[in-house]
Amino acid sequence: MTENANTMASESQNAAPVIHVSPSPHLSNQALTTQRIMFDVVIGLVPVVLMALYVFRLYAVKQLAICVISCLLAEALFTKMRGRALSLKDGSALVTGIILALSLPGTAPWYVGLIASVVAIGIGKAIFGGVGMNLFNPAMVGRAFVMIAFASVLAAGGYQDAGSTVDAVTQATPLDSFKQTGAVTPLFALFFGLTNGSLGETSALACLLGGIYLCIRRTASWEIPAGVILSVVVLGGIANLANPDTGWTVLHHLLGGSLLFGAFFIATDPVSSPMTPKGKFIFGIGVGALIMLLRIFSGYPEGVMFAVLLMNALTPLINRWTIPRPLGAQ
Amino acid sequence: MADQPTSLERFVQGILPENPVFRQLLGLCPTLAVTNNMKSAITMTGAVLFVLFCANVITSLIRNLLKPHLRIVIFTLTIATFVTIADRFLAAYLYQMSKTLGPYIPLIIVNCIIICRCEVCASKQGVITAGADAIGQSIGFGIALSAIAAVREILGTGMFFEIRVLPAAWPDWVVMVLPPGAFLTFGLLIGLVNWYEGFRAQKAGKIEG
Repeated sequence: MTENANTMASESQNAAPVIHVSPSPHLSNQALTTQRIMFDVVIGLVPVVLMALYVFRLYAVKQLAICVISCLLAEALFTKMRGRALSLKDGSALVTGIILALSLPGTAPWYVGLIASVVAIGIGKAIFGGVGMNLFNPAMVGRAFVMIAFASVLAAGGYQDAGSTVDAVTQATPLDSFKQTGAVTPLFALFFGLTNGSLGETSALACLLGGIYLCIRRTASWEIPAGVILSVVVLGGIANLANPDTGWTVLHHLLGGSLLFGAFFIATDPVSSPMTPKGKFIFGIGVGALIMLLRIFSGYPEGVMFAVLLMNALTPLINRWTIPRPLGAQ
Repeated sequence: MADQPTSLERFVQGILPENPVFRQLLGLCPTLAVTNNMKSAITMTGAVLFVLFCANVITSLIRNLLKPHLRIVIFTLTIATFVTIADRFLAAYLYQMSKTLGPYIPLIIVNCIIICRCEVCASKQGVITAGADAIGQSIGFGIALSAIAAVREILGTGMFFEIRVLPAAWPDWVVMVLPPGAFLTFGLLIGLVNWYEGFRAQKAGKIEG
């Protein structure tokens, strides 16, 4: 045993100095940590959260508290189960919690947020190996689970509570009232967000403010929202030309529902979206196209969640298609 | 043939150490498809027990007549005979259950567990061993199916064997009764079994060391 150790020590002393050879990037920004990215996302979410608090009052407070606390607890529990160091400080569970809460209706019962959080962190993230390893956007995995599990609470009807003291909650959501009765919500209301809906999705203005901040900081890649919006404009325009009498124009498609929230905050998750700029653009176009497909032809009024999850599944393929060619290679 | 496992070993191995579903990952089609309630899971297990036992015994009896290149055909014909008996029996006496299970009873013909047992055990060993093997494997299959079905039925409907066990305020997790619930439950249970095996191996290693 000791002899072995000795020979190994002498070998390492005699060896030539080691030259480290590693793949690019050779220059990296030390400040670009997970923590900084997540903190930036939280800042970007501030206008959305404020708007949700203003429109939905206590509903928003309750849902945000439930989702954030249970996401943090679930993260602590699952990292402990896997024997990893506690990773609450990097803020990824916090961001998942906020985005999840903002994607749920405020009227949903308490257990919906709790179960969605545990599924998001457990099945969406911990099983794949924790932060940075997940295939699918964790918040959307959690939301999809409760959406199918508690269809009655999370279907369009679950958003509405006629006896509520909060104005927005007494109305049907804009996309649902259009799907059911053909009623068109005024663009002004959709833009400022004084309508019913999931907590974070109602105000296009707040989503744009936060989203543009993220794009300027390069925390979110602008290619993804650009792709989403471009493909919604094109497909919405075609749908509009094919059926001009409905009154639901391209602008309604853009400002209504959770399109902008999804495009800026959900689809831009750096882990589950492609790596190359070209790939991100393709990803965005795919998300937008699926959203329009689901909105127009499916039974659901909105399709952002399923569109993002489906495109997440294609991310490895898009990455493979768009590998940049090294200089001089064939 | 001295190194072949004995009847008792065959019987015990089928239940947990070589559980057909959790350890060998065989017969997953019925495992995922019929486990949304306990009744179908138990009926499915009964049908598999019958077919596997009869097919193993017959194969073992004719094992010296088998030609190697024709054995799979003979296995399939033997299994198909008993599957037809089981299918018609269910249709005659448990009509509703037969409707619920639909194509999954006829599909036992191509269930890998049964062909695997004929190939691995019955075509090489005696009648008693083959019978014990069939019963052990079927019990293992039953345990796996019941475990998955119990989780799915309780969470998905709040009931167990169609008797309410959770309070009426329980919000049914509809997703658990639907196909995604089967994959989630099955995956998590395999994880649990693997974790337990690792834990046991570690403990055994410590005692030996």
